[in-house]
Amino acid sequence: MKLDLITSLYVFMLAAFIGFEVIRRVSPLLHTPLMSLTNALDAIAVVGAIILAGEHKSNLAAILGTIAIVAATSNIVGGFIITDRMLKMFKSSGPKKP
Amino acid sequence: MTNTMGTETLIEVAYLIATALFVLSLKWLSSPATARRGVFAGEAGMALAIAGTLLHRGIVDYKWVAIALVLGTIIGIPLGKVQMTAVPQRTALSHAFGALCVTLVGTAEFYLRAPDIAPFMMAVLSMEVILGSLTFTGSLMAAGKLQELLPQRPITYKGQNFVNLALLGLAIAIAIILVIHPEHTKLFPAMILIPLAFGVMMVIPIGGADMPTVISLLNSYAGLSAAAMGFVLNSKLLIIAGALDGSSGFILSVIMSKAMNRSFTNVLFGGFGQIQASVAGAKEVRPVKSATPEEAAGILAAANKVVIVPGYGMAVAQAQHKVREMYDLLTKKGIEVTFGIHPVAGRMPGHMNVLLAEADIPYDKLLEMDQVNSDLPQTDVALVIGANDVTNPAARTDAGSPIYGMPILDVDKARTVMVIKRSMAAGFAGIDNPLYYLDNTLMLFGDAKNFVGSIVRELSGGDSHG
Repeated sequence: MKLDLITSLYVFMLAAFIGFEVIRRVSPLLHTPLMSLTNALDAIAVVGAIILAGEHKSNLAAILGTIAIVAATSNIVGGFIITDRMLKMFKSSGPKKP
Repeated sequence: MTNTMGTETLIEVAYLIATALFVLSLKWLSSPATARRGVFAGEAGMALAIAGTLLHRGIVDYKWVAIALVLGTIIGIPLGKVQMTAVPQRTALSHAFGALCVTLVGTAEFYLRAPDIAPFMMAVLSMEVILGSLTFTGSLMAAGKLQELLPQRPITYKGQNFVNLALLGLAIAIAIILVIHPEHTKLFPAMILIPLAFGVMMVIPIGGADMPTVISLLNSYAGLSAAAMGFVLNSKLLIIAGALDGSSGFILSVIMSKAMNRSFTNVLFGGFGQIQASVAGAKEVRPVKSATPEEAAGILAAANKVVIVPGYGMAVAQAQHKVREMYDLLTKKGIEVTFGIHPVAGRMPGHMNVLLAEADIPYDKLLEMDQVNSDLPQTDVALVIGANDVTNPAARTDAGSPIYGMPILDVDKARTVMVIKRSMAAGFAGIDNPLYYLDNTLMLFGDAKNFVGSIVRELSGGDSHG
């Protein structure tokens, strides 16, 4: 158990570094889509909610889990749709087709 | 037994691939050319992770999971199809939903595990629900202000910072007690209710112009709370997704705070929105020069190089499509037109870029502050549309100004400056803008959309004759 937590801390630290390096390179042009995309990805929390609702260990857990799935799923669906809509609008003036 | 082992390996592999896809998704987002591929990678990773989770052998009841997934999709579709001008409030709302999910899961996990919770586990669980619940109400407040359901003016009162810090301190104190004595389950609801109140109090003093910073900060909190949830559930996938979201929000907060000339601690502790209008002194009426749409069109048509500086006023007036018509007419005349985008123009990071892209303006004409500032001294006309404080030269010259030191777009260095503005009213901070009184500045009074529309009529009228 202890070892798990230490490993998790390593994972968190490395992921945070990767996040910094990758996101630093995102053009300010795309900061709004960046935010909506990371928001959709963040809704991966839905996996925890699914397990909670599906395992049905207690009524409270199942109810809270179900509401949590609704909240996260609406972020996933809405987040991906709007990010793609925004990105479709960005066109270059160059002659090349995007 | 081997069968369940196989399934479990399968789930882990699905999560592993999903994680890789998430990182690739953000990497591809770095440039407009590959960005849509990034969305696809994100979608694939998400689908894979959800499919893998549904195989989880502990799941006994699929009915509610299915209903909730369908319901979430039904709510999500309209949220994905909002108008582009409504994107800031939609983003705030989605931070609230994300935080709600995390808080609910954290609450359920607490009651399933209490009273046997190891100290470290209780600490991350506390972090999860504290960050989750303050992000939930804070984001709802931000969305309400952006949607103009709540007053947009900052609401401040004496001792505000003290009240806020006290609330936060109380929540942390309860968390510490629970870490040491997790059997005091009665304390748990307070650890949710107090941060809920803190979230409201934190956003009350925030005015519209500070929204980009606040939204970025809430984004970061939402990510960190999800990462904390990953620790609680021992899910590497969730830790990584949360860390990516958290660092993204953090980077954006830093960029926004730099662009507003706020110190970083100022941002971390939510002490923004505190610019006071300290310039209430003698308000002499100084003369300004104004111009009509015909004159403005004439000046634009005679220019070789034009820089347009849009601000929130353009978004409010929904003027971006008219701006695009003007851009087309000027470009057709062989005039070089670019756009100068200040990082905090609008209500969220990148807000102006999205609106101008929606109006079909090519993204390679949308320039960042540094680029534009090196161009401006060789520019014939700088046209400011609904932007104020981000063009205020007092930020460069007047050490007594509340925005002194804030990086601005140096439009005053252009040969002629034209400012479309409703009236001479001051910007959000109540700061007078010396730009308006310069010799090379012309004020164009009126609604941004109507005024640009009039310029467009003039420009196209001239075209048909020639």
